[in-house]
Amino acid sequence: MSKSSKTRLPRQGDPPLGDQARVERVLARYSGRIGAVIPVLQEVQETLGYLPIWAIQAIALGLEIPASQVYGVVTFYAQFRLKPIGKHLCKVCHGTACHVSGATEVSGAILEQLRVLEGATTEDGKFTVESVACLGCCSLAPVIMIDQETFGRLSPDKARKIVKEF
Amino acid sequence: MTPVRLKPKRYKVVVGLGSCGIAAGGQKVRSALQDTIDRAHAPVELTETGCVGMCYREPLVDVIDPGGSLFTYGNVTPERVARIVEEHFLGQTPVVEWLVRAQTMALPDDSFFAKQKRIVLRNCGLMNPESIDQYLARDGYRALTKAIKTMDAEEVIKTIMDSGLRGRGGAGFPTGMKWQFAHSARGEKKYVICNGDEGDPGAFMDRSVLEGDPHSILEGMLICGYAIGADEGYLYVRAEYPLAVARLKKAIVDATALGYLGKNILGTDFSFQLHVKEGAGAFVCGEETALMASIEGKRGMPRLRPPFPATSGLWGKPTNINNVESYANIPWILLQGGAAFAAMGTEKSKGTKVFALAGKIARGGLVEVPMGITIREVIFEVGGGIKQGREFKAVQMGGPSGGCIPAGLADTVIDYESVTQTGAIMGSGGMVVLDDTACMVEIARFFLDFTQKESCGKCTFCRVGTKRMLEVLTRITQGEGKEGDIELLEDLCEKVKVASLCGLGQTAPNPVLTTLRYFRDEYEAHIREKRCPAHYCKKLLTYEIDPLRCTGCTICARVCPVQAISGIVKQVHAVDQSLCIHCGSCVTKCRFDAVKAR
Ligand SMILES: Cc1cc2nc3c(=O)[nH]c(=O)nc-3n(C[C@H](O)[C@H](O)[C@H](O)COP(=O)(O)O)c2cc1C
Ligand code: FES
Repeated sequence: MSKSSKTRLPRQGDPPLGDQARVERVLARYSGRIGAVIPVLQEVQETLGYLPIWAIQAIALGLEIPASQVYGVVTFYAQFRLKPIGKHLCKVCHGTACHVSGATEVSGAILEQLRVLEGATTEDGKFTVESVACLGCCSLAPVIMIDQETFGRLSPDKARKIVKEF
Repeated sequence: MTPVRLKPKRYKVVVGLGSCGIAAGGQKVRSALQDTIDRAHAPVELTETGCVGMCYREPLVDVIDPGGSLFTYGNVTPERVARIVEEHFLGQTPVVEWLVRAQTMALPDDSFFAKQKRIVLRNCGLMNPESIDQYLARDGYRALTKAIKTMDAEEVIKTIMDSGLRGRGGAGFPTGMKWQFAHSARGEKKYVICNGDEGDPGAFMDRSVLEGDPHSILEGMLICGYAIGADEGYLYVRAEYPLAVARLKKAIVDATALGYLGKNILGTDFSFQLHVKEGAGAFVCGEETALMASIEGKRGMPRLRPPFPATSGLWGKPTNINNVESYANIPWILLQGGAAFAAMGTEKSKGTKVFALAGKIARGGLVEVPMGITIREVIFEVGGGIKQGREFKAVQMGGPSGGCIPAGLADTVIDYESVTQTGAIMGSGGMVVLDDTACMVEIARFFLDFTQKESCGKCTFCRVGTKRMLEVLTRITQGEGKEGDIELLEDLCEKVKVASLCGLGQTAPNPVLTTLRYFRDEYEAHIREKRCPAHYCKKLLTYEIDPLRCTGCTICARVCPVQAISGIVKQVHAVDQSLCIHCGSCVTKCRFDAVKAR
């Protein structure tokens, strides 16, 4: 939680106009299609980086379903976020293969290097660190993924170096 | 199978760029190759391919010489590229010490392939997955053509029934029978779904096939659509597999352009369209009814069956849902005949199975072996045994729904029934190999942590029961286990099993039940003696400094968060056991291996 109440984000009631237009554009492409909630949410999150409440309301309006239903979908799936993330998203794999190959030590090293808690964003806003269940590169365990780039065969030291130099 | 049909006049160089190849640095190798080849004006054509399965040797580079022989280099780095270009492409002599496979000579890694039989992986790593021409050159879409031009739906279904193919997504239901149900279901509109959710952590078979041979999945789904009378299909792929999604989308565009997808396919009155749906990160969406709810845009919660998808599936319409690997088998079966497939395997499990070998195995990767092979053969012959020569302790099969098969049962034959007898399940094909450093109580705790987080919350026993089990397991691994905990776990296991609606809850106790069955003594040691036999559970370890190794560098004393280590520079340090919180920082930081955890 931010200590000073003066540095709060802009009120959620008045979203940037550019962002609003972007959400509308996504909605326009999906209008009339059934089962569009998840792809729309995915695209909106892709453009905005997260799903602000106003966007959820706009999506509900656009797809003509209750906002509660959209919110229900958002909170069910691990992919969706209600809070903004840092500039880079670092996913640390804790799948079975990575777990038995030292994922706990790797994630400890990364969190220590970035001075951040799991699931949180660094103070400078550069990294958000998340744990995931498997990145599908199990034979290179332990594995992490930063944005779209995957790094395998890590040791705590290698992982530390990667986030430091990224 | 020869990798190329037309003999190239020049060298053909193929870089493995599946997710694993890329993660190991394949792109850098590719650019280095490109640069070096350009500069040297070497007579080389550079392309890429998917995963051939030798993930332990990534990045891999295949070289096909002008005579058509194949050489594979392993662990290629940008630094190694110059020598390969110079000696092999310009000097015509392969760099033998870096070769892992070659048609003209025997190499130690040959045993990785010796016992494999590749049907599902028939094209993986041998062609460019983004080229429909290369797929066509390898008999691609011939099975589809045969089906829609020369067979009726019943004949297709009969061929699949004759093959004995059982669903590769885990449960092993006969595929032909499933298709028959969907075929007989009444309805104008029907759907075909491919389950590419692959949620089992530690498994990557489906990813490799989707990335390495996307057209074969399309072809399998098209044949299914023809057999059951569907004209629309969905490919549901995990969000974590962006490369697979991109390659599938490209495959759909290419197949449509050549008339293998879309309206009036190959001039017949069979039409079929396909959509790719990306998952949004929920393990339970691998369950078929939850998956369909997710496609419909809802929370992915499973529902009671019946009705089965074959009668009431996606949007209430008859639907056939199969796993990626199941579909990948279909074109082969249609071309070679059901009997050829049924000739492999055991009485009740036919054909082959793809396994993802990971964990403490020497050769981690993707392998496809005939059913009926033993676990020992897979781990020791194909997989090359345990990493660093350690001792084989157990293999985890089936992920969170499966269990740990101990070393003593390594001669178990791989087929659905035999694996189920051990208490594990065949599952989708993840094999995570454990060595003597693995604590089995901790492994059970790890899986319960997973299922507890992934439970959708619909059934009380699954939602609350897994949480209680996790609490008990956690306290055992932290040295706070009590007499009666084992019995409590057994009781909870039984109740969660019977009172859960879907497979997630019904199978969540399996990792606990199998470890209790084969490694009960480890549970007892944790509870009664407060001892972790594998020296894994930190809270149960005593940290001591070996005076013969300690150099007095003081690093351990400096990293200890509770000042439990004392000592003077250049003198042996000591741990105060009454202060130690068992965090293990000293062990990780000591550069002289002087801190011993016992
Ligand atoms: C919790 C749970 C997760 C599942 N995950 C998958 C999965 O990731 N991939 C898959 O193909 N099947 C999965 N299944 C099995 C499917 O429900 C279904 O049986 C399968 O897709 C049918 O295809 P098949 O007959 O070709 O095996 C899962 C089942 C459960 C209960
Ligand atoms: S377990 Fe980490 S990538 Fe699969």
